[in-house]
Amino acid sequence: MSTAGLEDAPRVHAGVLYLTVFVVATSGLVYELLAGTLASYVLGDSVFQFSTTIGTYLFAMGIGSFLSRYVRDDVAERFLQIELGAALAGGLSAPLLFLGFAYADFFAVVLYGMVILIGILVGLEVPLLMRILKERLELGELVARVLTVDYIGALVGSVLFAVVLVPELGLNRTSLLFGMLNAAVALGGTRALRPLLPVAVRRRIAVTAVLLLVGLGAAFVFADRLVLPAEQELYAERIVLVKQTRHQRIVLTQGRTGVQLFLDGNLQFAEIDEYRYHEALVHPAFAATGEVRRVLVLGGGDGLALREIFRHPTVSRVTMVELDPQMTELARTHPVLKELNQRAFDDPRLELVHDDAMVWLDQRGPDAEGFDAIVVDFPDPRSFSLGKLYTGRFYALAAQALAPGGTLVVQSTSPLYARRSFWCIEATIRGAGLHTAPYHATVPSFGEWGYVLARRRAFDPPEHLSLPDLRFLDDASMAQLFVFSRDMDRPADPPGPNRLDDQRLVRLYEEEWSRL
Amino acid sequence: MKRRELLHALLGASAAWGCGVREGEPPPPPVAALGGADVERGHRLVRDLDADFESAPEHRVPVAIVGGGPAGLSAAWWLARHDRPFTLFELEDEVGGTSRSGASAVTPYPLGAHYLPLPDAANERLRAFLHHMGALDSRGEPTPTTTVREPDERVFYGGYWYPGLYPYAGASAHDLAQLGRFHRVLDRYAGVRDGAGRPAFALPLARSSMDADLVALDRETGAAWLDRQGFTSPRLRWLCDYACRDDYGLSVDETSAWALLFYWVSRMPAPGEETAPLLTWPEGNGALVGHLRALLRDRVQPGHAVGAVRQDEAGVTLHVSRADGQRMRVRCDRCVLAVPDFVRARLLPGSVSPSPYSAWLVSNLHLADRPAGLGSEPAWDNVLHGSESLGYVSATHQRGRDHGPTVWTHYLPLLREDAREALLEAEPAALADAVAHDLERAHPDLRAHLERVDLWRWGHAMVSPRPGFLEGGRRLQERSAPIGRIHLAHTDLSGVALFEEAFFHGTRAAEEILAAGPHPGEGGAPT
Repeated sequence: MSTAGLEDAPRVHAGVLYLTVFVVATSGLVYELLAGTLASYVLGDSVFQFSTTIGTYLFAMGIGSFLSRYVRDDVAERFLQIELGAALAGGLSAPLLFLGFAYADFFAVVLYGMVILIGILVGLEVPLLMRILKERLELGELVARVLTVDYIGALVGSVLFAVVLVPELGLNRTSLLFGMLNAAVALGGTRALRPLLPVAVRRRIAVTAVLLLVGLGAAFVFADRLVLPAEQELYAERIVLVKQTRHQRIVLTQGRTGVQLFLDGNLQFAEIDEYRYHEALVHPAFAATGEVRRVLVLGGGDGLALREIFRHPTVSRVTMVELDPQMTELARTHPVLKELNQRAFDDPRLELVHDDAMVWLDQRGPDAEGFDAIVVDFPDPRSFSLGKLYTGRFYALAAQALAPGGTLVVQSTSPLYARRSFWCIEATIRGAGLHTAPYHATVPSFGEWGYVLARRRAFDPPEHLSLPDLRFLDDASMAQLFVFSRDMDRPADPPGPNRLDDQRLVRLYEEEWSRL
Repeated sequence: MKRRELLHALLGASAAWGCGVREGEPPPPPVAALGGADVERGHRLVRDLDADFESAPEHRVPVAIVGGGPAGLSAAWWLARHDRPFTLFELEDEVGGTSRSGASAVTPYPLGAHYLPLPDAANERLRAFLHHMGALDSRGEPTPTTTVREPDERVFYGGYWYPGLYPYAGASAHDLAQLGRFHRVLDRYAGVRDGAGRPAFALPLARSSMDADLVALDRETGAAWLDRQGFTSPRLRWLCDYACRDDYGLSVDETSAWALLFYWVSRMPAPGEETAPLLTWPEGNGALVGHLRALLRDRVQPGHAVGAVRQDEAGVTLHVSRADGQRMRVRCDRCVLAVPDFVRARLLPGSVSPSPYSAWLVSNLHLADRPAGLGSEPAWDNVLHGSESLGYVSATHQRGRDHGPTVWTHYLPLLREDAREALLEAEPAALADAVAHDLERAHPDLRAHLERVDLWRWGHAMVSPRPGFLEGGRRLQERSAPIGRIHLAHTDLSGVALFEEAFFHGTRAAEEILAAGPHPGEGGAPT
């Protein structure tokens, strides 16, 4: 230590330095909480994610403290530089992680990389500060005061985080705000530590700090637009995953009522009421059939219909034909989705095929063994390539794949919002030589939703469920599903069937839904 | 030939424009196969005209059919249906002519013609054949997978794909008024019946009226007729030009006005009614000739070049040389000559003055995945506005496979003389590059998915219905008349190269032979 340093040391303003310790401690804790919260948002299982991120963070702080011994000279300059680094990394941590989990396949790598980087920077801060202050105080006093302020800062940080910051600012702005505080500390430090810094260094750090303040401030103002996936504004809830596959764009959002899955912008299910949709899709078909052993699922890559199917102990084999392998892989591995579908994709009874359902049925031929139940769960007929899965040709192939006493069930869009489309699908299924029993259920996220049961011989709607203790259906409520009120009932002039060479359903569907 | 010149020759001025803007030329896509008529064999056929066949062994067959295109195969089918023995000789290793097809692990695909409008009730023979191959059910309705799956066509215009063939986007009131008037004119022709009750335009052409006022349309070009009718809308004129290129490989400036109207009206059952639905298969019309080939396999001799046809009082002698160099004389009672005019002129000198032909380049693009495109979703037929090509047909569309690998068949009629030269002279890789360039406008990432291109050169693809081709309405009668014991069957007789014409002439020639009675050596054929 130079004599100049010793002489100048008393002039360093101690109050400002304690404030610095306070801010450093608060922001350090906030970054830690941010990472833990984000990890549990995205990866689910909050206890595990929180404990591992915080453990990693503390460990990284330990690395930072250890590394501080290699800072020999120019302690004040290094401290301010680390402060700038913390401002940048910490301030952008939440926005970067948001982008990371929306687009990166290795979210965990990005997350822990970020946690380790911030932890090291924060871990370096306090030891360096103590070395700057040690010129003024004897060791016992120094440790007591710094650690007191440090722990108070941590307390304030944790209370603020839960009570004010997350509810008022959200994760992104909280992160940007604390980045700005770190930058402000660096700027203030150029004044408080003036005696310890050469003029050129001071100027450089001050300019960088101002630039960071401006940049982070701008990001703070435009946080919503700058850092979220471009399509966030299309969704009511926060996007937690965006995946563009060869076949579709998968978006997962998370809000107060749980997750929602969108394919190409269309809601596929909402956690809060998907059980109504999937119970109504699967169980009436099982109730209409005797013992169901072999099941075919066409579409339904989220695995939620599978979950309901696997509840039936008679089921020995389920074949799922789903076009998009990335959809089923996501449903198999994503923490939130696999919890929702109860790890249906790991069930040994499942045989998974990735193909176009129509081509698969066609190539299967008429002689293969029939299925006792066929569950058809495609997106609505919004395009011709989806519309072909609602044609007479398709249902003829499905009928061919049905065991003699088997039942086909088809999700058939809303009989209320798209009444003629619904009855067009029903007419198409009948046109393929099957007997039908149309029904509907209320799924608040979708509205009134329609289905069609179909069998080779004439049949009455099923009366007795084969499973007890469902959340939505019992025998009495199932009977109600087959009753259509006047505004949803078969129109007096029902549309003709949908054909491969004349896909009237696609036009009808577009016309009806565009009216809403 | 430079890339720009080649693009200009093949695709026209608009396609070549801008090809130099990009820095460096993209590497041409890999070419796996270059196919087309076997030129070497064609030349041998000419040489063998003068060769000594006197010492060659003689084989006797009751009826010989020369040519295994759709006309020859149809003649064979009709004879087989009536239990008449015959042998068919085909120069190439594969029968099928311009309706041939190829196949990859992904899908079969066409090498030439790729659809057939549903024949009307009057075309009983063709409907019987379609029923026999399973394309029509017992009620005469097309089976669900045979009619083109919707969306059947789309057009790339101004950077976007639009549904249908006519580019409605941005069309002015003037354009739409002319389109409406054009449809009314077609409607009026669809209702015309002559004194004998014949429609103005019908398929096959033999059913069309040859009344003088209708035949008068054959004196001018389609473009001149459009001018005279006051049809000036560029979009309508493009549509008519597309129609001529599609069916005849000619521009509307070269096509007979009669043929232009024939294209539209022959497919309209009656005024105001929908145009006949199109029947298609992944391999295009390869499915039609495939069915014929499977039925007739043991009576078809591919790789047999017929070099001369000579007849005397008692019968007909053919000079036949096989691919392995062996020669033989084939002696038959009667013969069906189902070859194009330029071949017939050599086999039977002086019997015909050759007609003009159009040349085509048909390219099959093998794609690992679907290239992206803006606008309406992919259709079966994907037409490029402003290109001299016809765009492409997707071979996987009809089977319902809308994702993953596919084969696109790109059709390029060669309208100018320099295009035909380019077709023969250009390196295959340069031709494939031109095809990719044509499609890149609509699918910028095409080359990223392109695994290989198979090229097929059709030097004499189809007879050209230029003005005057009806020969005053006498063409069909005069050209179709048998020459002694030699019966004629080919689309060249009609002057329009359509499967319906080939089938008509094939079965007609077979019918003539049946009508002439059993040949002397045959002890009474079953009736």
